[in-house]
Amino acid sequence: MIRVMLPAALSILARTGSEVTLDVPPPATQRTVIDAIEARWPALRGTMRDQASGKRRALVRFYACGEDLSHESPDAPLPEEVASGKEPYIVLGAIAGG
Amino acid sequence: MSGVRVLAGTRKGAFIFTSTERRKRWKVSGPHFPGWEIYHLAASPADPDRLYASQSSGWFGQIIQRSDDGGKTWATAGNTFAYDGDPGTHQWYDGSPHPWEFKRVWHLEPSPDDPDTVYAGVEDAAIFKTTDGGHTWQELPALRGHGTGSQWTPGAGGMGLHTILLDPGAPASIVVAISAAGAFRTDDGGATWRPINRGLKSEYIPDPDAEVGHCVHRIARHPSRPQVLFMQKHWDVLRTDDGGDSWREVSGNLPTDFGFTIGVHAHEPDTVYVVPIKSDSEHYPLDGRLRVYRSRTGGHEWEALSNGLPQRNCYVNVLREAMAVDALESCGVYFGTTGGQVYVSDDSGEHWSAIARDLPAVLSIEVQTLP
Repeated sequence: MIRVMLPAALSILARTGSEVTLDVPPPATQRTVIDAIEARWPALRGTMRDQASGKRRALVRFYACGEDLSHESPDAPLPEEVASGKEPYIVLGAIAGG
Repeated sequence: MSGVRVLAGTRKGAFIFTSTERRKRWKVSGPHFPGWEIYHLAASPADPDRLYASQSSGWFGQIIQRSDDGGKTWATAGNTFAYDGDPGTHQWYDGSPHPWEFKRVWHLEPSPDDPDTVYAGVEDAAIFKTTDGGHTWQELPALRGHGTGSQWTPGAGGMGLHTILLDPGAPASIVVAISAAGAFRTDDGGATWRPINRGLKSEYIPDPDAEVGHCVHRIARHPSRPQVLFMQKHWDVLRTDDGGDSWREVSGNLPTDFGFTIGVHAHEPDTVYVVPIKSDSEHYPLDGRLRVYRSRTGGHEWEALSNGLPQRNCYVNVLREAMAVDALESCGVYFGTTGGQVYVSDDSGEHWSAIARDLPAVLSIEVQTLP
């Protein structure tokens, strides 16, 4: 069971709590986790990754276990603490004006 | 008793105002989608309870919302806007080629007779269509591909397709406008398009009479006369009587002919409204006085309408999508400002009052006349 923490705007959009849980087949990667989120909550499709390029949106960042995973390969296995559900995978909206 | 429903898109959410035909007391619903930019909300003429909203943010991209109960509840619809084939490039501000990239939906235009059919004008400029109530969207690629697309350049606000005019009497005819490419028309349902910019003069581009490259801000028309279009360009207010084949300037005695929005009276096809803005660098009314200008002669001769509008220290803007009219017997005119005010006149512009004064910046206004 993978735990994912969503920014408030996305949890409101998908009508979830701030933390969601997902079953993702091993080895869980950033790509498979976000694929699973988008499949379970279609309202979130394209909100974290650009739909045309598949790349992370510029003002969205991904963290886990105190580390910034935003620039890691989306196909690299997530840390064991995330894969086991001990630590959450965190989706964060950048602090930016407006 | 009939009434009206005003749909306001703002920089930080959507608001819905309802009133009886008296238009004196208003119920306010919102903010819907709080914190998100709502470029446009639109209602189906075929089903007044079917609403669509374009919700977007710089963080999380584009969302389309749909309501089947007049805005009481909403559900997300499809938000995949994929250009047809390899989208290629358009011109960047400096003239260099720049890849076509989808950014947001500027405008939603529901079909006059089918609640599930909607056109969407997007940035970077293209037109999409859904026929399944917003679940899936397909581009009408012949607009970008008709030949001039590689020459289009963005306006200061982006390269958005912001105006879509459908003709209930001629369903295959569609007029669109793009900043800063110009106006285009199809007469075969989108299979082929052609620029309709003859007569536009833009002194700030290399060829003032160019086929494309004009910063058209908004086009409006009366449904009874689909061949007569009124345009607020970057500078200049123009008119065509032949569906866009030739335009002529009708700025007349306007104190400044820069502006963004333009509207046409519901019952008087030659009564036109604009909100003159000081200049392309000073986006606020002249002399701090917010005035709507009305022509009852289809242009050239304009009169200021200011009764009830702030006449000193007013430095708001009225954006291109932010004016609409209702179809009640005494035509209502509505507009929103970047200062968060929504004004209504229930007598064709003679007197104005504020529906709301302290909203986020208003991006768009639409009005439904309810049975």
